[in-house]
Amino acid sequence: MALSGLDIFKLLPKTNCGDCGVPTCMAFAMKIAQKKAELSSCPHASEEAKAALGAAGEPPVRLVKIGGGNGLEVGGETVLFRHEKTFFHPTGIGVEIRTSQGEDKILKDIRRLESYQADRVGEVLKANLFFVSHDSAEKAAFLRTISLAKANSTKGLVIDCPQEEALKEGLELLRDDRPAICLRRPLTEKDIEMAKDSGASLVITASSHQELADQTEKARQAGLTNLILNCQGEGLGAAIQNNAILRRSALKKNFKPFGFPLFARVADEDGFESLAAAAALLCKYTSIIILPRFDKALLFTLFTLRQNIYTDPQKPIQVDPKIYAIGDPTPDSPIFVTTNFSLTYFIVSGEIENSGTSAHLVVCDTEGQSVLTAWAGGKFVPEKIAKFIKDIKLEEKVKTRKIVIPGFVAQISGELEEKLPGWEVIVGCQEAADIPSFVKSVKLV
Amino acid sequence: MTFEIPRETNPGKIIEVTIGATSDQGGTRSRSVTIGGSTALPFHFFEGLHPHRPVVAMEVFDKAPAKYPDSLREYYQDVLDKPGEMARRCVADFGAEMVSVRLEGTHPEKGGRSTEEAVEVVKDVLAAVEVPLIITGHSHFEKNNEVMKKVCEATAGENCLINYVETNNYKTIAAACLAYHHTLVAQTPIDVNLAKQLNILLTDINFPQDRLVMDPLTGALGYGLEYSYSIMERIRNEGLAGDRMLGFPMLITPGAECAKVKEARATEKDNPHWGDEKRRGAYWEIATAMSLLIAGADLLIMDHPQAVKVVRKQIAEMFHPNKEGGHGSLRA
Ligand code: B12
Ligand code: SF4
Repeated sequence: MALSGLDIFKLLPKTNCGDCGVPTCMAFAMKIAQKKAELSSCPHASEEAKAALGAAGEPPVRLVKIGGGNGLEVGGETVLFRHEKTFFHPTGIGVEIRTSQGEDKILKDIRRLESYQADRVGEVLKANLFFVSHDSAEKAAFLRTISLAKANSTKGLVIDCPQEEALKEGLELLRDDRPAICLRRPLTEKDIEMAKDSGASLVITASSHQELADQTEKARQAGLTNLILNCQGEGLGAAIQNNAILRRSALKKNFKPFGFPLFARVADEDGFESLAAAAALLCKYTSIIILPRFDKALLFTLFTLRQNIYTDPQKPIQVDPKIYAIGDPTPDSPIFVTTNFSLTYFIVSGEIENSGTSAHLVVCDTEGQSVLTAWAGGKFVPEKIAKFIKDIKLEEKVKTRKIVIPGFVAQISGELEEKLPGWEVIVGCQEAADIPSFVKSVKLV
Repeated sequence: MTFEIPRETNPGKIIEVTIGATSDQGGTRSRSVTIGGSTALPFHFFEGLHPHRPVVAMEVFDKAPAKYPDSLREYYQDVLDKPGEMARRCVADFGAEMVSVRLEGTHPEKGGRSTEEAVEVVKDVLAAVEVPLIITGHSHFEKNNEVMKKVCEATAGENCLINYVETNNYKTIAAACLAYHHTLVAQTPIDVNLAKQLNILLTDINFPQDRLVMDPLTGALGYGLEYSYSIMERIRNEGLAGDRMLGFPMLITPGAECAKVKEARATEKDNPHWGDEKRRGAYWEIATAMSLLIAGADLLIMDHPQAVKVVRKQIAEMFHPNKEGGHGSLRA
């Protein structure tokens, strides 16, 4: 049964050496109790402690790392629904490369995904993995692809290689790179040896729950903990249900063979179907999603969904309330007012930049809420906006005496003007996308 | 270790709601549509029943939205201002199972069209297609109430889905729905308690439960989706757990929400990292729709023909997993 933090503390060395990454043994014990850490992080734990903690020391869903350096971490989840707490480790998104494709094409594909990133709400969004599909008959083609990926990319590799010898030599090239091996046939002793020897994780595939459980149990017994589950169903409906069954078993029933991250590959029908399947799978626990090919619009859409599903529902992402300089504003530059919801801030500041105008952007404290939400919740109302503008001493910092408010709160302009003697309030456009044309058509200073 | 599927049976059941009336039922539709009836979480066929598939409706307008994105315009060019013809195209060419007639043009600040004009538009669409209709209004209470009252009367017996009432304005429209036999949408802004409260208010005035659909409000992908997603999951969980006042089918509006956002229109030229704008417009709506289906949506009002096609296909696949050994959208 689950042990309390105190129970676990009693089993630790109590030296507070900090080697586990947490300052004290007590703090470390609390983390284990909350399933946020594993006993294996304490190098000094006694055999007795290990035995006593046993399964209790294992998190319900293992954290698995793929890739060298700050590679991808997936799994480690503790809840079935994001509203119960949050999802911690965003889905790793990968794109397939095929070894039969010839060096030039492969290199081009690697470079293209490697250099692709997009910004959204102040976060850099990227793909995390390459899925190397060995569909050529030649070993050399496989090894060359691995070398190209290693030399030209920092992303982790998931390898699907039916040729045993090629795989062995490929893993040799990836000694410190923590790849994952995608097995598409039942697990063998040889696979276990290979995983132990190379430090690779194993993606275990089966078409029934029991078969999957038997295989992961075998791997667990052999001491492997870096496992990823690929329960194959027939179609998206089966995949969604399997994921729900596996994750529920791990979290609610403490069924250890399923306490691992989940894997899926979407097909190449056309981008639309791949995206639809990937979107559904991303919401329902899939930790690694492999796409058939590079498509910027598709990746950008999926990145955005990943960002949405994996934000912490307890705290909206927000920016500091203060005056932001957009471009190189002078005391005579125009002044825009908005809220401190990150999304709102980044959209508005981006569009002011697009307009080519330098400006002051006054970001009021609305506890991270959007314009209309904050207005409806009484946080972006004349009184509060006026107080904020006085508190930050805007009057002393600029010579401009006009402020532009969001078009969606046009109704507050009169009252706001009354509360800010000496200032003129201009009602802006509704959508930020119209700011570039708005600044051209209205006199803002 | 022997594995056993951890099945959970729920005490609650989502109420079944039928929209549209055939001639037997006092209307003129070729068939009606039923949603709800689930006894388990979305697509959990292993532990409960889902007697009805989620349904996809498409939207036509009394007045085309000024900012309708080009990625959509190309499908409707010539019919955007002809709601009847546009509705026909949505049903015949794009597979719409229902049509929503949005009467935003009657809003005093968005065209101020007359109530009579609105009634004509609805009649036009009613004559053009045989699927059940959704009549979608706006937030200007006074005008909306007047329009909806007349539209309810003009479509008496058709069992349209009247979209929507809110907490501060439900009595007039609910009464009209009752009088002329229509079904009603209760809309609240992304909040479990507000949703429950409005359903209680409607039940208190004896509005029949099997004629109520709730709209927990859709935020588009990247614009509040995460809030909609979690509120819907919570509502569905509560409904299945037995809270009768949350056990209604849910309506979402990925079409209208996605058509508003910049990602549906900005070009790749201006935003190189966002990729091809034509595909992106559909992708955005697909991702919004698919995630909210997973959260519990029963009825979706969509805009993009390509998105409608794919989402309907995936709903079908999720309802009938391919038994012939194919993997549908997944790879071995
Ligand atoms: C997600 C959401 C929430 C989330 C909060 C999200 C957040 N962190 O803010 C939650 C679920 C918590 C929420 C709560 C509420 N919400 Co709410 N919510 C939404 C939703 C779906 C999206 C909001 C959003 O994120 N928009 C995206 C951001 C970027 O938009 P934005 O800030 O307005 O910025 C845009 C423009 O305003 C412009 N802009 C911004 N700044 C500036 C500045 C200048 C100078 C210019 C020119 C332009 C400009 O640029 C941006 C892009 O175009 C909307 C409905 C919808 N679909 O839009 C309802 C909505 C805003 N909510 C609403 C309501 C009523 C509420 C509640 C009061 C409900 C309640 N009683 O509980 C609460 C209030 C919270 C509280 N009690 O404090 C109503 C407001 C109605 C109204 N017109 O007054 C809306 C419109 C829904 C509706 N139709 O009823 N909500
Ligand atoms: S590494 Fe072990 S002994 Fe050292 S502080 Fe952490 S728990 Fe205590």
